[in-house]
Amino acid sequence: MSEPRPDPMESATAGLAPTAPKPAVLEARGLAKHYAVSQGFMRPKAVLKALDGVSFRLAASRTLAVVGESGSGKSTLARQVTMIEVPTAGALDLDGADVAHADAAQRRELRRQVQMVFQNPFASLNPRKKIGHALEEPLAINTTLNAAERNERSRAMLARVGLRSEHHARYPHMFSGGQRQRVAIARALMLQPKVVVADEPVSALDVSIQAQVLNLLMDLQEETGVAYVFISHNLAVVELIADEVLVMYLGKAVERAPKARLFGAPRHPYTRALLASTPRIDIAARRQRQVLSGELPSPLAPPSGCVFRTRCPHAQPRCAEEVPVLEHVGGDQWVACVRKDEIG
Amino acid sequence: MDALLERDAERSGGDRSRGAPLLDVRNLSVAFGSIAAPFRAVDGIGLTLHAGEVLGIVGESGSGKSVTALALMGLVDEPGRVHADRMLFDGRDLLTMPLAERRALLGRDIAMIFQDPSSSLNPCFTVAYQLVETLRLHKRGSAKALRGRALELLRAVEIPDAERRLEAYPHQLSGGMAQRVMVAMAIACNPRLLIADEPTTALDVTIQAQMLALLLKLQRERGMALMLITHDLGVVAEVAQRVLVMYAGQIVESAQVPKVFETPHHPYTEALLAALPEHNIGQRRLRSMGGMVPGAFDRPSGCLLAPRCRYVQARCSAEQPALFAVTDGAARCFFPLHTERAVAPSRP
Repeated sequence: MSEPRPDPMESATAGLAPTAPKPAVLEARGLAKHYAVSQGFMRPKAVLKALDGVSFRLAASRTLAVVGESGSGKSTLARQVTMIEVPTAGALDLDGADVAHADAAQRRELRRQVQMVFQNPFASLNPRKKIGHALEEPLAINTTLNAAERNERSRAMLARVGLRSEHHARYPHMFSGGQRQRVAIARALMLQPKVVVADEPVSALDVSIQAQVLNLLMDLQEETGVAYVFISHNLAVVELIADEVLVMYLGKAVERAPKARLFGAPRHPYTRALLASTPRIDIAARRQRQVLSGELPSPLAPPSGCVFRTRCPHAQPRCAEEVPVLEHVGGDQWVACVRKDEIG
Repeated sequence: MDALLERDAERSGGDRSRGAPLLDVRNLSVAFGSIAAPFRAVDGIGLTLHAGEVLGIVGESGSGKSVTALALMGLVDEPGRVHADRMLFDGRDLLTMPLAERRALLGRDIAMIFQDPSSSLNPCFTVAYQLVETLRLHKRGSAKALRGRALELLRAVEIPDAERRLEAYPHQLSGGMAQRVMVAMAIACNPRLLIADEPTTALDVTIQAQMLALLLKLQRERGMALMLITHDLGVVAEVAQRVLVMYAGQIVESAQVPKVFETPHHPYTEALLAALPEHNIGQRRLRSMGGMVPGAFDRPSGCLLAPRCRYVQARCSAEQPALFAVTDGAARCFFPLHTERAVAPSRP
């Protein structure tokens, strides 16, 4: 790691003193992705709003957790942020550079700055390539290092994620799920990115292995100052690793807040329902049990007004008419609910 | 969600001395591989389950919890070999009864729900067809009557717009709906024992809460025994009355539910609880247990947990501990935690 990295301790206190905001390494403003979905031969295509106006800001050494159910747009957000897809609307700044207006060469450079770790470690590594090859490929494509240097770098990275040097010449099938996820994390960090997008990185792992991988992710963040976009449906994991949390429902952000506020004083009914639905061991920690009825509505025919109103225990006729927008409710907490003041 | 609230009340005043258990399994082993060097996926486990009881079985991947369920259902195929001193269901031994009888029992008295609903349903047939098929196997009746019963079942599992869902194909259902159909199929013949293998793992948290509430409601209404296999200790805490913790094919702890979370007797149970993110909020790092579950070829000679255990002693690496009785349960450990001293070994 040759380039200077921000001091992790400094950023740890940054959330407490919002006077001097750190420069964002990743900033999304009104990011949207709409897909055209075929309805059948000769029928007009329908518009699916997988992601509908999501904004956030992420500084170095910080972790933004994105939570929500399947179909809430978490993975679509990941695909926009990692520049795999081009957003339909909105702006994305990576390390201060506007992605939308970058030319091909700049985009190539920007892509190095944001890497991804996928959910399923069994599907994300090529079974025919050795681990060493998987780690060196990003270097071969993006740098001018020679083979010996690449080899050295990849071995150093293996050691940093807690694997041994002899693992370099092994194939993915020789590893357990936890070890593979370590390899995937090592591969994501090979180019020293500013941002790593981790899409459910521990949900396929057992509890004891999950703890090891989460610890590794936190250690690496401390060492390198990388920022994480951590996508998860597991609120217990989020409560541990996140600095800030973004709650999504049907492509929209419904609440965004620093971790302590989101878990301590959630304001949106959906956030509250998510917290209440999470199975807890400590009886004291179990919240008022309240189960949401129904399922996520079809994104092709979202409800009018507030998208959550069909499952919301506090829904009123006005919720069908007014579209709530994210509003500041103090303490860096933002909520999209027209009844937020009435429901407390 | 009242089902979950009532569960707490039930647990506190629970009385489990209700005569002969519905399911009584002793020394069950399932071995794969060669006769000379068998790999025991399940290694001498014993369990009892009474009517109306909810038993949780927890463990990590490879701990043998699913194979245990498959062995109970008689679904372990060659080359797997199932042995047990006895496997009594309602007083009759499943292993020695004629195959045809055992088959008649399955689906009627013992039913099972699997983890992934979308791969358990046949994609080529409608929900109605698959439900009626199950009913026809065990019950007589006209096509119309069976269809009426299928509709009743869909309503019992709280599927909205049940009439229309009868004609749906599995791909037209969401994961939660498909799992409800699986539950409907499982309860079609009013089973006395329902085995649910990770029934909510593939579902979102809000749907998981619905599904757990549904399973408990059905369990209580019908007085079923429910065996819930899961890797999620939170689910066990909310649903089960008693829990078996499995590690590498063995039961390492058997305990009453709210108690096990405060005073686990086995170091593995303690480590599992300590590794949960919910118990580490505010900590800088999770208290993780090093290493991983031993595989087929690296089973330690002594206690299977010895290489990973933080309390390991010389004796642990040399000898295999038996399941010792401790207060209100049993633990497979020479030096059980939260107890004065190890008491005499429990049943062999």
